[in-house]
Amino acid sequence: MANFEPTIIAFVCNWCTYTAADLAGTARLGYPANVRLIRVMCTGMVDPKYVIKALLEGADAVLVSGCHPGDCHYINGNFKARRRIKLLKEILPQFGFGEERLRLTWIGASDGIQFAETIHSMVAQIKTLGPNEAKATMVI
Amino acid sequence: MKTAKINVNDGDLLTTLRDFFRSILQLEDISAILVPQHLPATNVVMPTLVTDPEQLNGTDPLAPVFPLNAAKIVSRLTRKPMGAKVAVVLRPCEIRAFVELVKLKQGRIEEVLLVGIDCLGAFKNGDYIQIAGKKEAEFTSSFYKDALSGKKLTFEGFDLAPACKACENPIPDGADILIGLFGVDTNNQLLIQARTPKGETLYETLDLSDTEEPPERPAVVESLVAERTAYRDKMFAETAEATNSLEKLNIYFAECVNCYNCRVACPVCYCKECVFVTDVFNHDPVQYLRWANRKGVIKMPTDTVFYHLTRMAHMSTSCVGCGQCTNACPNDIPVMELFRTVSYHTQNAFEYEAGRSIEDDLPLSVFREDELAEVVGIGNHCNL
Repeated sequence: MANFEPTIIAFVCNWCTYTAADLAGTARLGYPANVRLIRVMCTGMVDPKYVIKALLEGADAVLVSGCHPGDCHYINGNFKARRRIKLLKEILPQFGFGEERLRLTWIGASDGIQFAETIHSMVAQIKTLGPNEAKATMVI
Repeated sequence: MKTAKINVNDGDLLTTLRDFFRSILQLEDISAILVPQHLPATNVVMPTLVTDPEQLNGTDPLAPVFPLNAAKIVSRLTRKPMGAKVAVVLRPCEIRAFVELVKLKQGRIEEVLLVGIDCLGAFKNGDYIQIAGKKEAEFTSSFYKDALSGKKLTFEGFDLAPACKACENPIPDGADILIGLFGVDTNNQLLIQARTPKGETLYETLDLSDTEEPPERPAVVESLVAERTAYRDKMFAETAEATNSLEKLNIYFAECVNCYNCRVACPVCYCKECVFVTDVFNHDPVQYLRWANRKGVIKMPTDTVFYHLTRMAHMSTSCVGCGQCTNACPNDIPVMELFRTVSYHTQNAFEYEAGRSIEDDLPLSVFREDELAEVVGIGNHCNL
């Protein structure tokens, strides 16, 4: 467990969190390489099945991150995403996927520091939590 | 609420119901009636769309079976304006599923008159065929007499479907016209209630004599609901225990062959083409090898648990608990038990109850700006 390096799949919106990640890079802010960014146009297009698939394939956590309320470039995609995440947070824990394995954050385009901090904290949290059961179990 | 009683001769509910449906069909305003009926020369009960009042003789809405959730049929009948009004005789779970379909824009309520009957429950489809054998009409009358006199409803070792035993909605609350059986002296009468303005308009034209609801009815209904709720809660607890880890979920779905029958039978799984049968899941052959290489083994067909979890995300907020998914499973996986357990949580989370009201917004079709603050952020020390 000491060497456990979690894999975090992050669905980040093009306009805010992806730009923040980009800013973190340009500003030379380091953050753990455990996160795999998947750029989507809006958190509102993150279908619940993307999250389910990631967790079943063995991702230790999934982060969905987009614009702050009111900043969505598609007006309200982030509000729709929030309801979907709520739905998944009701379903997944019933099958042993801890609620901590699915996170939703709002990180604006200028929040490079916040992005790096979020990834740092999340990796630390998941390291404490341990690996996702799906990593070692055959998922039928 | 307008309430009337109609007389029953010698406890023969079916004849009384047939006459009542005939009187509805003969109204100028009603062009057809959709009602479960024995098919000619067989003993199978199916929904039939009847325009000729003489063709109602095989009507049997009390047969303890519903081979499919007829909400799907009503959705087909109402997806475009028909230019005529149809009365539809449905079970409470079918009415609630239709309410969901209307909200999902898969049907229109304008041209239907919902007639609901107090539901005595049903057997699983396969069980019913075995029990009823060749003499279904007689079986129906012995069934409802037993059901209404509170006898235990087991026949030749078969019990009512678990979905029905766990159903806390035996009363068709959403109906325009309710036909009441519980707490009613069904040897001599049936209760007719107009529950909506639409129902009242029809009620007025039916030449019924007003009466009061029998005083014992609320208590009878309450004790039935309490019994069902207790069964349901036990079922929730057992199912949750049987599926609370991925390993247990694998065991629960071990017999699943990805036939997707549960989705086909589901009244609220309305997509014309489910993503699981599209090219999205027609993986490249080499992809299977890549997956197998990761853990050294994958189960074929793949994506079984993925399919079920996705279906829960798609339909659980609209699940009415009719149990047709379990009916449709070729390998007898208790899918209804799991889908209902999950649905109970998801519907509670959004303070929503599937089929309760046409006014309540579908949880995933709306949002409020100021809500669900607890969902956002990564917790702990981090103030994000």
